[in-house]
Formats: sequence, C-alpha cells, structure tokens
Amino acid sequence: MTSVKSLLAKPWIWSFIGALLVWLATIAFTGGYGAGGMVTAALSLAVFTVIVGVGQMFVITLGPGNVDLSLPANIGLASAVAMKVMDGNDSMIAVGLLAALACGAAIGAANYLLIWALRIPPIIATLSASFIIQSIDISYGRGLQIKPPPGFADFANWQILGIPVLAILTVLFTIGAAIALQRMIYGRSVLAIGQNIRAAWLAGVNVGRIRFLTYTLSGALGGIDGALLAGYFRGANVDIGNEYLLASIAVVVIGGTSVAGGKANVPGVWGAALFLVLLLTMLNTFGVSAGVRLLLTGLIIVGVITAAGGQKAPR
Amino acid sequence: MPEGNADIIRLNGAEKHFGAVRALGGVDFHVGPGECVGLVGHNGAGKSTLMHMVAGTLVPDSGKIGVHGDTEDNYSVSRAQQLGIRCVFQELSLCPNLSVAENTRINHASLRGLSWRRKAADLIAAKLDEIFPGHSISASDIVGDLSIGRRQMVEVARAFTVTQDRLDLVILDEPTSSLDAHTAGQLLAFVRRFVAGGKSCILISHVLGEVLRNADRIVVMRDGKVVVADAADAFDRDRLVTAMGGAEARQKIAAQIAAAKPTASPLRVRARPAAQKDSTDLVACAGEIIGLAGLAGHGQTDLLLAIFTAASRARAGIEVTAPVALVAGDRQSDGIFPQWSIAENIGIRSLARLRSGVLISPQREAELAALWQKKIGIRTPDMNNNIFSLSGGNQQKALFARALGSDAQIVLMDDPMRGVDIGTKLEVYDLVREEAARGRTFLWYTTETEELDNCDHIYVFKNGRIVANLRRDELTEEKIIQSSFGDAA
Amino acid sequence: MRPEMTAASLDTAARTSAERGALARARLLRGLLPALSLALVLLAIAWLNPRAISYFGFSLMLNLAIPIALATIAQMFVIAGNELDLSIGTFVGFVGCVTATWLKDAPLIGAVILLGSIGVYALLGALIHLRNLPSIVVTLGMSFVWQGLAILVLPKPGGKAPDWLLGLMAFKPPFIPFPIIAALLIGLIVHFGLMRTSYGVILRGSGGNPAALGRAGWSLLKTKIVLFALAGLFGVLSGMALIGITTSADANIGNGYTLLAIAGVILGGGEFVGGRVSPIGAVIGALTLALAASPLLTFMHIPPDWQVAANGAILIIVLAARVLISRKER
Repeated sequence: MTSVKSLLAKPWIWSFIGALLVWLATIAFTGGYGAGGMVTAALSLAVFTVIVGVGQMFVITLGPGNVDLSLPANIGLASAVAMKVMDGNDSMIAVGLLAALACGAAIGAANYLLIWALRIPPIIATLSASFIIQSIDISYGRGLQIKPPPGFADFANWQILGIPVLAILTVLFTIGAAIALQRMIYGRSVLAIGQNIRAAWLAGVNVGRIRFLTYTLSGALGGIDGALLAGYFRGANVDIGNEYLLASIAVVVIGGTSVAGGKANVPGVWGAALFLVLLLTMLNTFGVSAGVRLLLTGLIIVGVITAAGGQKAPR
Repeated sequence: MPEGNADIIRLNGAEKHFGAVRALGGVDFHVGPGECVGLVGHNGAGKSTLMHMVAGTLVPDSGKIGVHGDTEDNYSVSRAQQLGIRCVFQELSLCPNLSVAENTRINHASLRGLSWRRKAADLIAAKLDEIFPGHSISASDIVGDLSIGRRQMVEVARAFTVTQDRLDLVILDEPTSSLDAHTAGQLLAFVRRFVAGGKSCILISHVLGEVLRNADRIVVMRDGKVVVADAADAFDRDRLVTAMGGAEARQKIAAQIAAAKPTASPLRVRARPAAQKDSTDLVACAGEIIGLAGLAGHGQTDLLLAIFTAASRARAGIEVTAPVALVAGDRQSDGIFPQWSIAENIGIRSLARLRSGVLISPQREAELAALWQKKIGIRTPDMNNNIFSLSGGNQQKALFARALGSDAQIVLMDDPMRGVDIGTKLEVYDLVREEAARGRTFLWYTTETEELDNCDHIYVFKNGRIVANLRRDELTEEKIIQSSFGDAA
Repeated sequence: MRPEMTAASLDTAARTSAERGALARARLLRGLLPALSLALVLLAIAWLNPRAISYFGFSLMLNLAIPIALATIAQMFVIAGNELDLSIGTFVGFVGCVTATWLKDAPLIGAVILLGSIGVYALLGALIHLRNLPSIVVTLGMSFVWQGLAILVLPKPGGKAPDWLLGLMAFKPPFIPFPIIAALLIGLIVHFGLMRTSYGVILRGSGGNPAALGRAGWSLLKTKIVLFALAGLFGVLSGMALIGITTSADANIGNGYTLLAIAGVILGGGEFVGGRVSPIGAVIGALTLALAASPLLTFMHIPPDWQVAANGAILIIVLAARVLISRKER
C-alpha cells in the first residue's frame, strides 16, 4: 500500500497513467484489435519526441526564459546533412550520424553564443537563429537526393519481438540522462542554476560553462534526432522537424518538469511522449477531423498545465 | 470605547509566524497624534514585520488592529491608505520603467482625467521642493535612470503627497540609508516640522543618533518582542544599545579574544575597490578576520563580489591566492536553493570532492552534512528535509556550513547575520574565530558595529572607497560613524 | 558633523547630473534605434530601386504592414505585463477564417464569435494570473486550439471577406498611401492609451514592479485581464485587416505572425521584462519587418530561400547595436 502511495506521489506517474488510459480507451473502441501493434507504433514514434524532449528538458530546467526554439530548424538541417553525407551508401552511416551530431551541436553552441554575446533572452536568440538555419536548410536541401541508405532505414525501423530497437536504445539513453541529472556535477549544476542563478554562481557553479553545455547538448540531440527521423521515414525534408517545437516543450511540461526551472523529470518525458502519440492514435481511430484533433491536443496541454499549477515563488 | 481612542494606530497582541520562524510574538504598539515614534532593534528583531502590519501589507496571525479608535477587522493596504497611513518601505516600491510623476500617480487613484500628468508632476515637484530644496530631480525623469539616493528621495516625497485621502501617519523604514548627510538632514528637519504640525511619524533607523535626536518616544524591539518603550529623553545611547541586546555578546567576545595573533602569515587577498582614488588596498593574511564597515551599500558587497570573481578569473587590482567561498546575507536571493534538502544545499559547493568516480556519492554527501550539522548545530531531525523546514537562523547556519565545509581558505561574508537571532550569532562567532585560528581568512562585511569586535582589522567604506583603516584596538563606534559620514573637516 | 557636508554633496550632485546627461543621451539613441533601422531599410530600397519610393510603390510594399502592425501591438500588450503570447499567429488565422465565413454570411454571429474570442483572451489572462502559470506554455497550447478551430471553421482555403472590409482596406487617400496613415494612426492611438492615460500607467507599472503596484492597492488580476483582452482585441483587428487585404482566408494564414510580432516588439525597443514597451516603436518595428521581409530582399536579388534568414539577421544586428548602446549606458 505504501509503495503504491509513494509511486502515486511521483510527478511522472500521471503521464504514464494518462497514456495507459488513452490506450485502453482506444482498444476498447476497436474491441481489442491492434492493441500490440499500437504499442509498437507508439514506441517507435515516441522515441523521436523523447530524444529532443530530454534536450529541451535540460534547457528549460536552466530557469525561466530558457527554451530552445531552434529545434525544428535544427532537426530539418541535420536530417539533410546526414542524408547528404551518407549519400545512400551503407558504409557512410556512422560518418553521417556524426555529421548530424556535429551540425546540431554547432547550432546549439551558436545559440548560446548569441545569448551570451548579445545578452538577449534565449527565446529571441534561438528564434533568430532558427530563421537563419531554416534558410540554410532550404537552400542546402534543394535538389538533394535525400533518401537514407537502405541499411540505415532498416536499422531505424528494426524491431525485436515487436519492440523497436531504437526505443530500447533510447531507454538506455534516458537512464543515462537521469543519472547525469541527479548524480553528476553537470546535472546538479543545471538544477542549481534553474533554482537561483545568482546563488548558483555564488556557490561556485561555473554558470557560463554549464549553460553553454546545455544548449550544445540540446542542439546535438536535435541533430541526431533529425538523422534518425530521416532514416525512419526514409527521407528528409525541410518540414520534418516542424511538429517537434511544440511537442518537445509539451512533453517536458506534461512530464512533470517545472517551467520555473530547477526541477526536472526524465521518466515523465517518456510518459508524456507516449501519452501524446497514443492520444493522436486514439483520435485518428475515432475518426475525428484534423481540426478536432488539434483542438483537443491544445486543450489537453492547457488543462494539464492548469492542473499542475505554477510554482509559487517561495519566500 | 477602547482606551486611548485618540491613537492613530494601536496593535494589541500582534503575532506573526513565517513557517518555522516566529517573526512577532505578541506585540503591543501604538502611535498617538503629533508624535514621532522611534523604532530600534537589530536586524531580524521584527521591526519590518510590525511595520508591514501597520501599513496593511501583512495580516497578523492573531491580535487586534485599531485605527483612530475603531477596531479594523479587514485591514488592508487600501484601507490604510484611506485612513491616512503610508509607508516608505526599505525595499524600493517604485516602478523603474515609469517617470517620477507616473510613479506618483500609482499611489493616488484620484489623479485621473485629462490633466493628470500635470497634476501629478506638480504634486511631486512641490513636495520634493518642500523636503529637499535644491534636489535637481525632474518629474519627467525615468526612475530607472536615477541614482539609488534620488530614488529614495522620490519615494519619501511621494509618501508625503496628499490628494483625496487624509494623511496622519508616515512610516519611514531606514529612510536615510541611501542619502548623503546633507539630504538626510533635510529629511529629518522636515519630519520634525511635519510632527510639529500635528501629524505622526514612525522612524526606523540604524543610526541611533538620528532616532535619539528626532523621536519623541522610542520603542525597542528584540527577538520579535517589544522590550522597552519610553520617552526619548529617558534614553541615552548606552541604554538603547543595552536594551537592543548584544551588550552581553560584546562582553563575551571581549573576554574570549586571545591576546596575540601569529604575525607574518602568508598573504591571502590584496584588493583595491574600483572607485578607490588613492593607493589604499584591503589586505588580508592567513588566519585574519577582516571587517568591512560603513553604512549599508557603500561598496562593501561590490568589493566582496569582485574578490569572488577574481578567484576564478584574473582581474586587475585584485590578488587572491587561495580558493574562495561566500556566505550570502540575503539568503533568499543569494544563497538558498529552495527545492533542495539541507544536505544538498550544503554539498553544492563541494561537489567535486563528494564524487566517487564520476558520480556524486550520496553517502559522502550525507557524511559531510552530518559532520557540519554537529559542528555548527543545525537543529533538524533529518538533514534530508527541505531547507525551508529550518528557521531563518538555522538556514543561515546551513549557508555557513556550505562555505566552511568546502576547500575554501578564504571566506567572504556579505553581512550574513541579517535577521538572525542572538543565540545563533554567538555560536557562529565562536566558529568563525575557531576557523580563523586554524588559518582560514575571513572578510566580513557587517552593518552591526558590535560584530566588528570579532575582527582583527577594519576597513571603513564610503561611496565605494576605503576611507579608514583601523586596528581592533583603535575601534570605536564613533570612529566608524565619523568615517562613514566622511570628511569631517 | 553634518552641515559641513554641503559642499561635498553639491559636488556629488554636479557629477551625477553630468552622468545623467550621458545616460539621457544613450537613452535617446536607444529610443531612436527603431526609427534609424527603418530609415536604413528605406534608404537601401531607395538606392536599389528609386521607383519604389512612390505612392504606388509604398502602397504595394506596405501591403501587409497593417495586419503585422496590429498583431505586433497585440503582442506588445502581453509583453508589457511580462508575459509572452505564442498563439497570436494562429489566433490571427482563426479570426481570418471567421471573418471570411461567418462575418460575411451571418454578421451578427460572426461578431459574437469574435467578441467571445476576446473574452477567451481575457480569461487566459485571469487563468495565468490566478494559477501563476507560465504564459509560454498556456499560449503554446492555445495555438493548437486556435488552429484546430480555424480548420473547423474553414476546412479548405477559401471564403470571402465582407464587402465593407474590402472597401475599407482598398481605401486610397490622396498623397499618402493608406498603410502609412493607418500605421501612424494605430501607433498614435495606442501610444495615447498606454503611455498617456492614467490607467495606462498602471498597466505598464504592472510589468515594472508588480509587488509595488499591489501594495498601492491595485488589482494585478485586473491589469492582466485588461492586457490580455487588449491583445485579443488587436489580434481580432489584425485578422480582419489581413482578410480585407487577401480577400479570402486559409487556416494557416497567420502562422508566421507569432514570430513576426515578437520580433516587431523587440525591434521597436521593447524588452521582455520590466514593462518597457513602446507602441510607436512597435509599429515602426513592424513596418521595418514588413519592408525588409520581401520588397527589400527582392530588390537586392536575394533568392527567396534566404529571405527568412535575412529577417533573423536583421533581428540579430539590431539587438547587437542595442547591446553596444547599453554598454555605454553602464
């Protein structure tokens, strides 16, 4: 009984409960048909939201005003870079992945450079950067043969016993991220900065370096996500990352991370990503129109944040 | 009818708690018409909390408030405003993005209509002229562009402006803290005229002479209670200081301080304030406790922060030869991590040493916390409780533990005893001297003169510069005040 | 001890007044920055294509300036209260769809829907204040809601603007092109309302020092509701103006306006926190963006691929200039 209670006290459990309820509602509607397939599909799609969600989570945890709006443009450009470097050639997969990672990390580093040098709010810095990245992508991606090598596409879609391999790898990655958050100097420093940046500085945290690392990390995760997306969907295009701006922020918030900063939650990102993907599946199964789907998604985000409430500033 | 119905305000048995901290424990307080009440006490004695109640910004947990003889059940800021009670708060209440006239408008709901801008400008300009002749502030100046002293002048003048509502009582909470001696004199002269005209004032000030010279009656607070209230001429400086408490602390310290310090210890800090015109340096050696004195906000904190920065990045004019830690005085904005446990709050400065491999070891973190809980006496059943489960004094002890538990050989203290009870203070003083004897260096900025008794050497600051440099045996409160108020030619 | 201080303090007063003069100059320069950037863009256009500087040229180039300026003003009200609206673009799109359908076919119902949507904005303000919610997330969710509603109202691009609206937007006054007159009018009206009226002071104060405002007895709930309702009102005007120009609607028509509006406020000298905004600056910022967005880049032979980048670059350059000026202020 006490274990159930302590489980319910975890902020991330609610997103998993939500995902479960949505899944149950959907299979009740279909009469149990396609229950397993739905989980497989949800896991495959949730992976991409989780990867960028974790990056966004570290950024948001840095405190109010910190957010990475350049993720969609970043994903788009990195997917094009990866596909161009791989050039349909299986032997170039690793190099292509590295290129996407480097491209994303460079974008993240450039974001922080703007924030630091111009002392502008991250929201405007990453926004201006995303305008520029978008243009680079449009002009660079034009006329490219933008198909992944067959080996890479197969890898991105590979399943073992109905479980996508990418999902397993991503679970391992998120476990690493959770450990980094709670047990490494980097994670502790991010949490300290998010609670009180001045106090963190005065307690000896290297604020500039930690913020730089965090934006770079978010960028790098966006880059790798772009490459994987292009592999999974067997092709890159400029708009491939568009839905991940809202999705990355939404999974962080629904997952129980505080928008006020200083309190982060890695498992919640998984729960929220599964919840959002299953919600879309459910609405599609129910056959509602695109308009209703958007409307309900929006209302649920507003509803969740209202229920979670904002943090009152402690006196 | 309650007795003393002519009182402008009367509080009976006012109590207030903030979490585990008792800020006020059953205070009786009143102000009559035509009197200036001086309110003194150390930081954290409860003066500000009491004034917030008088001004209607805080509701007491229990107790009664009566205004003009009638009991007020739903007392609030706007009610206080209607009843003619105003407050100039210590934290500035101006909007920096608005002009002086616009800030005046905020306090006067009746400044409306087409010509409100002119009316507001005339109102504040006239009051500034009356209180601070020759002030050189224009009603169209944006407040954010004004110096801190001018902002305080605007804020004070605004409190005395009258439109629709009556004005009977103005609370001045440290009104002269950012003013130079000339403008402070203008203000106090105005207060005396104001009181002579039948209105009332509550004057809170750290400068005891100001209170003794200007108040009709003095109320002394200590640890959330009123300890003495008497006519001003019944007090002299010594009686005030004794009533405020701390005299016993002073004797204890004097008795404890050992005779001689080791001479010729290695240099730890040499620093010159950015505004210093001559070649005076602040010099601190291993094992020394160095005091930074002077009025609040005259460059002491700036110099501490400059030294803190210089420890990680070379900086002109400042030499630092050992790791540095800082103990914040403003706990909420500079020290506490509100979401964390006491142990995590202590460990943050020492993360690198708490690792085994690349991961932070929870066990080592707990050991560090337990060690310092014992050493500094943090009163809590469990160091894994949230930091806010502690009283203010114990929170401050946790910040000391953070600094003293680290590898820092130089500890900077930014007026860390603000709002801390006397018992905690004495414990921490002992610890500081003990650590200094082991070779640590302390740079201690304090606004409470008696704390300087702990120091080996004192630098007095004024306008961002070191203006005096005293050994402990030369130290007297008069000397510090004299240097703080400057070139007494 | 004190009277002797007079000479010294007079000396201090003289020094600080010199400092204040320097501060005032930096502030003036900063205030002129939006106008300077607009002038620069105009000069560039005049140099690249002198014929564009004409009645007809301006009418064409500033075609979309009115809805952009209105959306920027809407965003400015939200920013004045230290919040941010990430849904203004999809809201403009939603209003556009309602304008092109209900407002034409059943004007009464259309008007009620639009008024109701302003009410929703006011409620959002109340919700954000009462539950202490981050406005970024709430308005992010609302951007889905508005877009969904827009698709429900108008599933396929189409509809038609009401004739009176078409007539209004096609108005051709003598000598000065309509967009310029309209922008001037919008800027002046909002400037008067926010910067000159007695309640405008309270609205700006709520961004400058909310605690002080609360202590002076003002309701912060009310200021937030008013600011959001004003944002809703100007969002509605922006959507209507947009449809008056494009004549038909599309659910995605306003999507770009969220970012344009934020950029416009910042270009116009506004700041994210502290209640420092300028209505006239915001309108100038919007005009700069409207001009820079396409006409200038077309004249400069910048390929369409790079036009978005040019917007980002202009933002960065202006912000960099502002940082340089601010350094002087220190």
